[in-house]
Amino acid sequence: MAEVATVEKEPLFSKKNRQLLKDPLDDQNPITVQVLGICSALAITTQVKNAVVMTLSVMFVMMAGNVIISILRNRIPDRIRIIVQLVVVAALVILVDQVLKAFVYDVSKQLSVFVGLIITNCIIMGRLEAFALANKPWPSLLDGFGNAIGYGWVLVIVAVVRELFGSGKLFGIELLGNATAKTGLYSIGYMNNNMIILPPMALILVGIIIWIQRARNTQLIESH
Amino acid sequence: MKLFKNLFDSLRPPFEKGGKFEKLWPLLDGFETFMFVPGHSTKKGAHIRDGIDLKRTMITVVIALVPCLLFGMWNVGHQHFLAVGQDAELMEKFIYGAIKVLPLVIVSYGVGLGVEFIFCIKNGHSIQEGFLVSGMLIPLIMPVEVPLWMVAIATAFAVVFGKEVFGGTGMNILNPALTARAFLFFAYPTKMSGNSVWVATDGMATVDGFTGATALGNAVEKGMAGVPPYMDSIMGWIPGSIGETSVIAILIGAGVLIYSGIGSWRIMLSMLIGGYVMGMIFNAWEANAYMQIPAHHQLMLGGFFFGMVFMATDPVSASQTATGKWIYGFFCGLLGILIRVVNPAYPEGIMMAILFMNVMAPLIDHYVIQANINKRLKRAKVAA
Repeated sequence: MAEVATVEKEPLFSKKNRQLLKDPLDDQNPITVQVLGICSALAITTQVKNAVVMTLSVMFVMMAGNVIISILRNRIPDRIRIIVQLVVVAALVILVDQVLKAFVYDVSKQLSVFVGLIITNCIIMGRLEAFALANKPWPSLLDGFGNAIGYGWVLVIVAVVRELFGSGKLFGIELLGNATAKTGLYSIGYMNNNMIILPPMALILVGIIIWIQRARNTQLIESH
Repeated sequence: MKLFKNLFDSLRPPFEKGGKFEKLWPLLDGFETFMFVPGHSTKKGAHIRDGIDLKRTMITVVIALVPCLLFGMWNVGHQHFLAVGQDAELMEKFIYGAIKVLPLVIVSYGVGLGVEFIFCIKNGHSIQEGFLVSGMLIPLIMPVEVPLWMVAIATAFAVVFGKEVFGGTGMNILNPALTARAFLFFAYPTKMSGNSVWVATDGMATVDGFTGATALGNAVEKGMAGVPPYMDSIMGWIPGSIGETSVIAILIGAGVLIYSGIGSWRIMLSMLIGGYVMGMIFNAWEANAYMQIPAHHQLMLGGFFFGMVFMATDPVSASQTATGKWIYGFFCGLLGILIRVVNPAYPEGIMMAILFMNVMAPLIDHYVIQANINKRLKRAKVAA
C-alpha cells in the first residue's frame, strides 16, 4: 500500500509528464520524424479551416482513445488487443463524424472520407499500441494531447501556405484580393499557384518543414 | 590576361582561410576559374586531369545553344510582325525579339545563380557550374509572353528542389530546366499553354485568321489541316516556345555536342527511333485526326528535337551505361509522342516523358549492370 501512495503523490505535470507533451512537438513529431499520418496531411490541407477541424477531431479521438485503452489495459487479452483498439477508435470516429455533420456540415463534406479514415491514421493506432497499453490514464491523456498538437502544427503550417498561395485566402478571407474580379495583388498580374493545391506540393512542403527542423535540431539527422 | 591574373592575385588574400571574407571564397573562386584553369591538383587517386573540366563542358553546351537562342529571338519578332500584319526587316524582327527574350535570360540566370551562390556560401562548397546550362535552357523552353516573376519562381524552385536538395550539381535526379517548366505548367497553366502566350502582340490588333496557337495546339483540333507545312516545321518559323521551333538551329547545336563528345549520340538516335516508332504506330491506328499526322512530320513539331538534343542528353539525369542510353532514349521518344497524342491536354508530352525517364534512369542502369554481372558470372562458372 505504501508504494501505491508514493506513486499517487507524483505531481500532475512532473518532468516526465511534461516530456510527454514536449517530445511530439519536435524530437518525436509524428509527421516530420516518424512520418506517420502523411495521407491526411496531404489530402485535407488545402484550407486552414479543414486542417484545424481535422486536428481537433484527431485530438479528441486520440485523447479519448488513449484514456479508454489505458483504463482497459489490464483487462484486454493480448491476442485480440488490435481488435479492441479498433472498436474503441471506430466508435470515437463515428461520434466525431456525427458531430461534424451536425454542426459544421460544409467542412464535414470537404473532409469527406478523411474523417472516417481517422480510424486508419497510423498515429492513433501507434500511440495506443506503444503508449496507452502500458501506461496509466493521465500520462496517456497527455501523450494523446501532445501527439495531436505535434500532428496539428505541421498540418496548420502546410495548410496556411497552401491556402494563401493556392487560393489567395486564409480561413476563407481573401487576403490577396479577388482572383476573378482582379482586385488587390491580382490587379498587377499576380496569379494563384495551382500546383500548390495539388497533393505533390503538400509533400514538398512537409519536406521543407522536415528540412528546416533537421537543420535546427541536428540530433535528428541519421548517421550514414 | 596578365591584367586579370594580377587582379585576382591582389584580390585573393582577404578571401582565403582566416581572412575577412572567408565565407565568400566560393564567389571569388567561381569567377577566377571562369578566367583561368584551376591551379590545384588532385590529392589522391588519378592524377591525370583532362583539360576539359565542368566549366568547359558547360560552356560548350551554352555555345551549342546559341543558334537556337538567336533563331528564337528572330522568330519572336517574326511571329509578332506576322500577327499584327506589318512588314519588317530582318534586324527589326531580331531586335524586337531580343528585347522580349533577353529579360527572360537575365531573370533566369540572375535568380538561378543567386540561389546557387547562397547554397555554396552556406555549405562552403566551391561553386559548381551546372546552372550555366540550365539558366540558358529555361528561357528557351518558355513561351515568350510568360511573366518574369513566374520565371523567377520556377527557376528558384527548380534549383532548390531539382538540384540542391539532392546535393547540388551532379547529384540531381531530374533535369532542372525541365523541372522549372513542369512547375510552371502545373502552377500557372493559363500562362504556359493555350493561345495567348506564344506570340507577342503587345495588345495590338491582330490580322484576320490569327489564332496564336502552336502547331501542336492546332493539330489537336484539326489534325493535319492545322499543322504547318513540312519545310516550315523544320525551319521553325512557327509559333512555339522560344528556342524549340527550329530543327535546323537545334541540329547545329547537336553537331557541336556530338563532335565534342559532350552530348550522347546514342540517346539522340534512340530517342529519334522511339518517337518515329510511336508515330508509325499511330499512323497505322488512325483513330483520330491527330494520329494521322505522318510520323516524320510529327517529330518536327513541338519540343521533340529540343528535348532530344538538349534535355534527354543531360549527362547527370540520363542513363550512364551504353545499353541503358539506348533504352532510356527509346522510351523518351516513345512516351513523348504517346503522351502528346493520347492526352491533348499535355502537348508538352516530351517534357513529361523525359522527366519520367529521368526518374527511371537509375533503375535502367541497375538492371543493365546486373545483367552484365550475371552474364560474367555464368561465364566464370562454365570455365570452372
